[in-house]
Amino acid sequence: MTDLDSLERDLLAQVSAASDEAALDAVRVAALGKKGSVSDLLKTLGSMTPDERKERGPLINGLRDRVQGAVTARKTELAEAALEARLASERVDVTLPVREAPEVRGRIHPISQVIDEITAIFADMGFAVAEGPDIETDELNFTALNFPPGHPAREMHDTFFLAPDQDGKRKVLRTHTSPVQVRTMRAQTPPIRVIIPGRTYRHDSDQTHTPMFHQVEGLVIDTSANIANLKWVLEEFCKAFFEVENVKMRFRPSFFPFTEPSAEVDIQCSRKGGEIRFGEGEDWLEILGCGMVHPNVLRNCGLDPDAVQGFAFGVGIDRIAMLKYGMPDLRPFFEADVRWLDHYGFRPLDVPSLVGGLTG
Amino acid sequence: MKFTLSWLKDHLDTEASLDTIAETLTRIGLEVEGVEDKAAALKPYVVAKILTAEQHPNADRLRVCTVETGAGAPVQVVCGAPNARAGLISVFAPPGTYVPGKNITLSVGTIRGVESRGMLCSGAELGLGEDHDGILELPADAPVGQAYALYAGLDDPVVEINLTPNRSDCTSIHGIARDLAAAGIGTLKGETLPGVGGEAPCPIGIELAFEPADRHLCPLFALRLVRGVKNGPSPAWMQARLRAIGLRPINALVDITNYITFDRGRPLHVFDAAKVSGGLTVRRARDGESLVALDGRTHTLTSDTVVIADRNGVESIAGIMGGQASGCDETTTDVLIESALWDPTNIAQSGRRLGIITDARYRFERGVDPAFTLPGLDLATRLVVDLCGGTPSEAQVAGKPPESERIIDFPWTEVHRLAGLDVPQTEMTIILETLGFHVSGTGDRVKVRTPSWRPDVEGKADLVEEVVRIAGLDRIEAKPLPRLANVGGALLTVMQKRTRTAKRALASRGLMEAVTWSFVPHDDAVLFGGGGADLALANPIASDLSDMRPSLVPGLLRAAQRNADRGYPDVALFEVGQCFATDRPEGQTIRAAAVRRGSATPAGAGRHWDGATETVDAFDAKADALALLGSLGVPTGGLQVTAGGPSWLHPGRSGTLRFGPKTEIGWFGEVHPRTLQALDLKGSLVAVEIVLDALPLPKHKPTKAKPALAMSEFQPLSRDFAFVVGRDVPAGDIVKAAQNAERKLVAGVDVFDLYEGVGVPEGAKSVAIAVRLQPVDRTLTDAEIEAVSAKIVAEVSRRTGATLRA
Repeated sequence: MTDLDSLERDLLAQVSAASDEAALDAVRVAALGKKGSVSDLLKTLGSMTPDERKERGPLINGLRDRVQGAVTARKTELAEAALEARLASERVDVTLPVREAPEVRGRIHPISQVIDEITAIFADMGFAVAEGPDIETDELNFTALNFPPGHPAREMHDTFFLAPDQDGKRKVLRTHTSPVQVRTMRAQTPPIRVIIPGRTYRHDSDQTHTPMFHQVEGLVIDTSANIANLKWVLEEFCKAFFEVENVKMRFRPSFFPFTEPSAEVDIQCSRKGGEIRFGEGEDWLEILGCGMVHPNVLRNCGLDPDAVQGFAFGVGIDRIAMLKYGMPDLRPFFEADVRWLDHYGFRPLDVPSLVGGLTG
Repeated sequence: MKFTLSWLKDHLDTEASLDTIAETLTRIGLEVEGVEDKAAALKPYVVAKILTAEQHPNADRLRVCTVETGAGAPVQVVCGAPNARAGLISVFAPPGTYVPGKNITLSVGTIRGVESRGMLCSGAELGLGEDHDGILELPADAPVGQAYALYAGLDDPVVEINLTPNRSDCTSIHGIARDLAAAGIGTLKGETLPGVGGEAPCPIGIELAFEPADRHLCPLFALRLVRGVKNGPSPAWMQARLRAIGLRPINALVDITNYITFDRGRPLHVFDAAKVSGGLTVRRARDGESLVALDGRTHTLTSDTVVIADRNGVESIAGIMGGQASGCDETTTDVLIESALWDPTNIAQSGRRLGIITDARYRFERGVDPAFTLPGLDLATRLVVDLCGGTPSEAQVAGKPPESERIIDFPWTEVHRLAGLDVPQTEMTIILETLGFHVSGTGDRVKVRTPSWRPDVEGKADLVEEVVRIAGLDRIEAKPLPRLANVGGALLTVMQKRTRTAKRALASRGLMEAVTWSFVPHDDAVLFGGGGADLALANPIASDLSDMRPSLVPGLLRAAQRNADRGYPDVALFEVGQCFATDRPEGQTIRAAAVRRGSATPAGAGRHWDGATETVDAFDAKADALALLGSLGVPTGGLQVTAGGPSWLHPGRSGTLRFGPKTEIGWFGEVHPRTLQALDLKGSLVAVEIVLDALPLPKHKPTKAKPALAMSEFQPLSRDFAFVVGRDVPAGDIVKAAQNAERKLVAGVDVFDLYEGVGVPEGAKSVAIAVRLQPVDRTLTDAEIEAVSAKIVAEVSRRTGATLRA
């Protein structure tokens, strides 16, 4: 019986000595292949007597099973080793930088962001967005808004004029977004609730003024809107926009030709270390103008001031952007310096909403 | 508008503090811009006497003084002023005092080894603007220990209010006092003034020489002669008040007119009667007439301006400024005092045209109380007689005061309707009456007569404002604006949504949003298809901000260059905003444009270890365009891209996007080298511009349901074809031909290789496409696939002249 033992020893030694899959396969074929040594032994079983077979059968089959098992085990071993070797050779330096994603690089200008914030707040109160042209007629920019020709109030506006046309009429760059109030009232039937964000122009340039700036106006016309409602709208807006629990506002009587009564609104704040905080402090900061739409303006828009009424207000978009986000100067808003845009701009996917909060 | 506290108290009997007065002014609409209270600012400064002044032991220029301050023992002060000497009365500040002129706070110091407990002060150090040569020298009888501000008469605080243009009544201190009285701060004084008689008629005639249509230019003109005056400096109290509000005292006669201008809002003019020849004629100027005015300038006049003339010609520009020739000086003995009414619009226009700003113009263009024309003349006459002596004539009056009072039918409910505030009727009545309105009638509806000094009050809303501003805007409680709907519908229009989305879409491609000026240099406007006369500003703020922009691109290109000049060469900028083709509303379009410079491709800028640095090219711009259109949900099925674009783009490296031969929606490509040269730009620049208004609007559909999705059960397959075709044949034509060859099966065509060179004939190129076939109802047999492939080759060949590459 020693021939079977020594064959087994020999074969198992060959299996474990096989250093790759090809060598292992050669060993397998030599033992278990058609003409392999173990296969040859198995073939002898047929010519044996039943007694011999009874004795030798289990021995040869056992040999075959063990060799088979050793081959399979060695095969797994070799595959593992090969994978290890491959993995050992496959390395990247994960500290190498990847390019910054465009969604991260890109920026939304603070003016666009703030307009989106304002729109979200007022949309919740049912205000639509109205728009109009930058180049306006004198009639819509002034006369229809109750600025009589030659009135000193016009001089407060430092108007940009275009060249006179054949009739000697000069168009103007709108000095406020208020002409859109007139356009809206002439085109729509009350109730009206709109905000009007847009570019406006005044012939003025210094540290705090640029010849082009942005305003948003609000207009409400129905049969009952009054100063009490106006106060509420502005308080709700300021709380939502500046994202504070409370704001204290001061309404001061003032004058605008297109509202009567008119008021300017100051908001209470603290200024510590150059940082402005709302809802606290002792300082007052003027932030907007407002009032009840002047009866003459309503009449100029074909509305009866005894039948309908309403209010309007106007805020400087650039100005409240500066107050909220802390830009110290206005001029860089329009200089397109990528350092400024990168720092003060907003990520493309930071879309302001009331659901998710205006800012992230 | 400035006034002093004591001056206010001439008109207002009040115990209120300066702070209360200032707060009240702001609360009722007379916004306080500033309060200058020198008495408070200079409180620690006292009159003091130098008892001894010894040479400092360690410094030649310093003296060690003992100073009597009126409080306690004399103190030792080291002083560097050359005039510090024993016996001098000057001004002393103790340690702890803030010194405005030096912006320091004093402390006990040791100067060159000698202790100094305070400072002797110069006028400049007190912020009084006098010279630095030495410490103040006061008369020997100045009371030691008294506050210097009190001693020097600087204790009358000055209040400046920011007057809104409607409140002509508060261009006078009397008017301000009236408002304060209505607000409960004291009682108004001096409402009725005694008249002035005269010894004889005024010998100077007045002619209002106007056509009937022009009579409004001077409805009323009053004149009085005062003979035998002595015109010297006005009294110190008057000079102090005028100086406090920023006016320069001239002489008594002139100062009186300035004083009444502020005191009563009644501008006046004084002529030296000896220099006036004949009667006065009030008329339009003749074109070309000129006058040397009191500002010393020669003003050439037109017939738009109203003047007062005599035989010598124009003597005064009505309501704006008098003439030098007939002005009053120290030699004046007979003075003509003029009190007239002028047309506000005419005065405003004349003043603006002549570039003259005066306190008289300021008031006349806002509206002067017509009823005070003669009382104003009387008040001036009395002051002239009081201060300069002389005997007045009777007043000579031409014209009559225009009707200035209105009756307003006023339902008290109007206050609640507009303001949402309930004010008791009695309180409303008191407010209006204290302001000078006359309320008549009882019940819910009354008649309110406006006072002559309130031309701004025209109707009910104005009366509501009067009530509310005096009652207090702070009494109105905020009340919610009722919701119009529980869940609101969409509030933005398609264009508004597209404008917002366009910004986010472009920013998501790594572009930074710029906001550039709506105006560009004229040459830029011309280069980009604009520059028409109708879009040029008549008064640009700078020569390079002169024309309304026809395109967003020039502003972005210049911005990119500015960044490059600052050391940031690889920038990607975009803007979404308005452009102007005409001056009419429909000529204004909203566009979205992007500019990439240097290596600022969508993948990223600068060198990267992963690959060679790329320079931006036309395809980056095209990719931006298509990303934008895709993000906006614009169906791009019918979109065509044709070669070439506007003249500012490189003719061979640009394209135009269109939905048909006439519907151009935008363009993209490399910037033309000539554009670069004209704008003085360097580097690689590509640009894209899409006209958002030109994009087709989404079709309105009855439901929001999307069309049913048909997904084939059969495997798609792909076949590659390489075509050799003329170099100038657009690849797009090959793609289109392949797509159209078998519309039912071809699901997509991609260009995956483009080659020119060895193996391809001169003047030709190889274009390789992969055609994706999607069987719908069965798996294709080899024969069927062969048939489709042959059809594709045939169609591409027929359309483009291409041959299958061997």
